Amino acid sequence: MSERGRMELVCPAGTPATLRAAVQAGADSVYCGFRDETNARNFPGLNFSAQEMADGIRFAHDHGSKVLVAINTFARAENTEPWRKAADTAVASGADAVIAADIAVLDHMSTNHPDTRLHLSVQAAAATPEAIGFYADAFGVRRVVLPRVLSVQEIAALNRAIAVETEAFVFGGLCVMVEGRCHLSSYAAGKSPNLNGVCSPPEAVHYVEDANGTTAQLSGFTIDRYEAGQPTGYPTLCKGRFKASGKTGHLFEDPVSLNAGSMIVAFREAGVKALKIEGRQRGKGYVSEVVRAFRRAVDAVEQGGTPTEIDSILASMSEGGRQTTGAYRKTWR
Amino acid sequence: MPPVALTLGPVFFHWPAERLRDFYFRIADEAPVERVHVGEVVCGKRMPFSDPVWPEVIERLEQAGKEVVLSTLATPMTVRERRSIADLCGDDRLVEINDLTALPVRSGQPFVAGPFINVYNGATAQFLVRRGARTICPPVELSLAHIAAIAQTCSDVEFEVFAFGRLPLALSGRCYHARLHGLHKDSCQFTCEQDPDGLLVDTLDDQSFLAINGVQTMSAQVHAVMQPASEFLSRGIRRLRLSPHTSDMVQVARIYRSVLDGDEEPERARTLLSNLDLPGTLVDGYARGRAGAEAVATP
Repeated sequence: MSERGRMELVCPAGTPATLRAAVQAGADSVYCGFRDETNARNFPGLNFSAQEMADGIRFAHDHGSKVLVAINTFARAENTEPWRKAADTAVASGADAVIAADIAVLDHMSTNHPDTRLHLSVQAAAATPEAIGFYADAFGVRRVVLPRVLSVQEIAALNRAIAVETEAFVFGGLCVMVEGRCHLSSYAAGKSPNLNGVCSPPEAVHYVEDANGTTAQLSGFTIDRYEAGQPTGYPTLCKGRFKASGKTGHLFEDPVSLNAGSMIVAFREAGVKALKIEGRQRGKGYVSEVVRAFRRAVDAVEQGGTPTEIDSILASMSEGGRQTTGAYRKTWR
Repeated sequence: MPPVALTLGPVFFHWPAERLRDFYFRIADEAPVERVHVGEVVCGKRMPFSDPVWPEVIERLEQAGKEVVLSTLATPMTVRERRSIADLCGDDRLVEINDLTALPVRSGQPFVAGPFINVYNGATAQFLVRRGARTICPPVELSLAHIAAIAQTCSDVEFEVFAFGRLPLALSGRCYHARLHGLHKDSCQFTCEQDPDGLLVDTLDDQSFLAINGVQTMSAQVHAVMQPASEFLSRGIRRLRLSPHTSDMVQVARIYRSVLDGDEEPERARTLLSNLDLPGTLVDGYARGRAGAEAVATP
């Protein structure tokens, strides 16, 4: 892709209130899902009913924003009906695009709803021109959400080799494994992102207190331990501390989150069409704040702002937890 | 061919060329498996070491009457890795695809869809069959009941179940062997070679949990689905995949064969299996629709 339109800011919404907050904070697009296992953030208290989706899309359209509906888990063999229904409902509600990963869902969309834009979910883990070309040719996919394994140089090379748009994660939670190819959660706890839309499910989490502090467990496996008085974290499996070869530590990934705000200029030069903020499980206050900051940053980039100016706009985003630019810099590997 | 055939899956680990050669020569001579996968699946950086050994391994296996399948990379990234997939897909032998990168170039010719291809339902299976899939080994987290539901919608393809070995649970852009040794993937020094069954990862409470193998994360435990042939056939499953370890794989294959032939009770076979020098204890939760780490239920 050589043409350089304005970069699109794609923002998360786990609830109707968050959708409205994201739109008002300047989101070009909001992505969200239905309240069931058809989307990869199937957590209690999150997501949209059919009516809420229709209302949310109307609100977004009235304010000049788009809504991308994520139907990005893998349809279950015994009962594919929820996925078909989710796709049909999204289209009927006026979704601007459906984000999907499963060949069955993509096939259903391209056969029955050829006029609705299809985006390829990060859960499909398509990282090469051949794989992306396959999804474009077979289903008419118009945009691919890039797996979080590529460096920005590789993204630039990829964009030169493909005919569809790319969307890159820029901020929020960070999967360290190739998404859509990870069964760690189901191995420990029986539920997985691909099958159930959940990772390290809340009902499997237990905090065990003893004299030395708190142990965070997932289905009985110790994921991390905190000394008395230390703040405890959620035991997301790949961010835990483990032992191997006589060493103890975060063997897979530190408890960091992604902040590639400093690379927006590089993304633009690499031909990335859309920047995605992760966090559908986040509240509307957080989403408002992040979207507002990234809105200013993206606008500044579009107007030729320097990396220093961009950094100062996003400075407030780097307070608190530890952050990384992930695979976008090759040394992460 | 027996009603339920045995397949030896690809070696996931970075074994030196001599070890690979010796391993496959013995498989050719002694193991009661009908099909054998060869080739690197996990890390393209290992390919220059193993590539030279494959021609003689393939020749020896074919002379012994084994059907050889050429396995391809699960996470191709570089130009060289993508080219290797295209080259392998041009072969007349059966090819296993482990990433859809291989699909356009292999479409229309027979292939195996490996466990890294997300086949979770009949519609996806049918889609791949129309493009040449002859065998489908679904993702390891699917239960036998799940696989049966897929197989029911799709009778013109063989279903294969991952039945023995440490489970391939995740892949990453990052190399954990390199990270553990304070290195980066690009200058990894191939430390994964030191762990021919993967490197055990324990929890802080000393529970055996996972194993790392370069960019791959596996289970510490050994998945073992051991049932009479009728149980597989009734679910449309025609093949069992045994994943290579440094354990005596000839003996592993013999034990599975004896159960499938009705010469051994599954329970006693499991005991025989656990008496071998395995890298972990036996689990089979996934097959039963449970957490993968659940130990084999004792009756």
